[in-house]
Amino acid sequence: MRVIVWKELADHLGSRRFFILSLIILVVAGTSVYLGIQGFQQNPAAVQEFPYLRLLTTAPGALPSFLSFLAFFGPLLAVLLGFDAVNSEFTRGTVSRVLAQPIYRDAWINGKFLAGLGTLGVVVVSIVLLIFGLGLFALGFPPDGPELARLAVFLVVALIYLGFWLALGILYSVLFRSPASSALAAVATWLFFTLFLYMIAGVVADQVVPVRADSPAEAWLRNENLRNSILRFSPVALFEEATLPILVPTYRGLSLLALLAQPGVPTNPLPLGQSLLVGWPQLVGLLALTSVCFAAAYLGFMRREIRTS
Amino acid sequence: MIVEAKGLKKRYNSVWALDGLDLAIADGEIYGLLGPNGSGKTTTILILLGLTEPTAGEVRVCGYDPVRQPLAVKRLVGYMPEKVGFYEELSAYENLRFITRLNGIPEAEANRRIGEALEHVGLKDVAQRPVATFSHGMRQRLGLADVLVKKPKLAILDEPTSGIDPEGAAQILDLIRRLRDEAGMTVLLSSHLLHQVQRICDRVGILHRGHLVAEGRVAELTAPGGYVARIGQASPILRARLEAADWTHSVEEMQPQELQVTLTEGGRAELLRFVAEEGGVILELRPKQPTLEEIYLRYFQG
Ligand SMILES: Nc1ncnc2c1ncn2[C@@H]1O[C@H](COP(=O)(O)OP(=O)(O)O)[C@@H](O)[C@H]1O
Ligand SMILES: [Mg+2]
Repeated sequence: MRVIVWKELADHLGSRRFFILSLIILVVAGTSVYLGIQGFQQNPAAVQEFPYLRLLTTAPGALPSFLSFLAFFGPLLAVLLGFDAVNSEFTRGTVSRVLAQPIYRDAWINGKFLAGLGTLGVVVVSIVLLIFGLGLFALGFPPDGPELARLAVFLVVALIYLGFWLALGILYSVLFRSPASSALAAVATWLFFTLFLYMIAGVVADQVVPVRADSPAEAWLRNENLRNSILRFSPVALFEEATLPILVPTYRGLSLLALLAQPGVPTNPLPLGQSLLVGWPQLVGLLALTSVCFAAAYLGFMRREIRTS
Repeated sequence: MIVEAKGLKKRYNSVWALDGLDLAIADGEIYGLLGPNGSGKTTTILILLGLTEPTAGEVRVCGYDPVRQPLAVKRLVGYMPEKVGFYEELSAYENLRFITRLNGIPEAEANRRIGEALEHVGLKDVAQRPVATFSHGMRQRLGLADVLVKKPKLAILDEPTSGIDPEGAAQILDLIRRLRDEAGMTVLLSSHLLHQVQRICDRVGILHRGHLVAEGRVAELTAPGGYVARIGQASPILRARLEAADWTHSVEEMQPQELQVTLTEGGRAELLRFVAEEGGVILELRPKQPTLEEIYLRYFQG
């Protein structure tokens, strides 16, 4: 399997597709961090609390925060790494030649998944290194222990999230015979979860529980809850909910309920364990989605007739 | 026997792609599995490699069961698929290198084998060019090199000449024969072009609707009419006389002192006389199967 992982890794890292998408991500990361640092200079007090984490989550000016950007754009990179993993081997006619070699059939698809994860790992780690570099240059001090720990956890969660999209891409590459249709399906799914579901959730919530400016707080709450439960179906929302407590140590939960239960803005940061607990259900959900997706791709591939014609 | 299959059946949904196929291929021979399109050649090959499971029947390849021990089979067998494909953006060398890595062949040995294989198929000069720039014939030859780097005991080639002009096809067939002679490997090749491949095959089997309708040595099958005789305890003198006679088509020694003779219709009495004079036992004397020509007309043009 090592041979397969290396070959696929080399393919990914050398491909134009990967180069363009990761370049975009790196440029956006660099820009938002740069703007974030400028923000610090206007508001030196902010530097006190987890400055590096802040760089990831605050939205500088017109740009979205880096976290939102990664949640939105990272999946495109991941899904595009996977969408032709299997069916392109069929259209090229390389499947039967490779599977006639003394390797286990599942080593091939496992190898492809691992190589994809490795590639995404390279991207995520280089982003974090970039942030380190810029931050160190501007702030003059490295992140401290707790901050580093949170960054590390964030890396793992981000990788699980991107792993879901990679697995989804590979699943489509098993389900669809032509790379063109699997690419279409992949991009459609991406748009659905990153954009449409947010709109749909809002519309549905407003239909079921209409709210106006003078509605009672209870109505607002129900509207918000409904919206959130619909969004729970989206890995994008799961990712944001799972990572916010990690990157924003003071964060205690998404719903208005949490805010209402604790009037006043909570300012004291939670320890990492507590923060993890806040986002735990979402994290488990994310992990389950990733596993289910890959398991489906795995089974589909193992059962597939391998004749090309 | 390097390949042995008994009563192979394979069903796809409601069609029986294979319907009771028996196959036996001896060490070192070139066996041609011939049959019109859709007769089950590719299905047979996929089963032999353990890439598809038979619905019923027994298979042994190099002594292993491809269903239970696919890896053992794949280590010993080289395979060139019907529509052989490569990684277009990689060079010929890199494509072969991937295969040697998958086979766990150490670097130095792999480089030597790749060099040799590319030399054999005449692609040495373009080894570093991406496969995307290769013509169909070059890809087919690269497919052969791909089989060679494994140094297999058995090479299975599915339609190695399909889609190539007659001249290129003849080149590839000559190459296959030369490789068998030099490397001593057994070759199973499939084709729907009977006339094209028959000249390099030691034996051919004609597949039609999932089972063999004729099988035998090409010499035997190409002779018109007549008989086939098996003679035991044959002396060298008998053999020499039979070979010299003008009513025999072919005389072959199957085992020590056992001859297989194909003869014309009128040669029957002469054969009996020769055997009476020189000694020997007639083990079998039967009318010959239909000729390749007849088979061709019956199965390939319908
Ligand atoms: N995946 C499949 N599903 C259904 N039928 C198939 C499948 N593969 C092959 N067949 C059928 O099996 C028969 C034998 O096919 P094949 O072995 O490819 O023949 P050949 O290689 O001799 O042209 C054909 O009738 C074909 O239609
Ligand atoms: Mg075929």
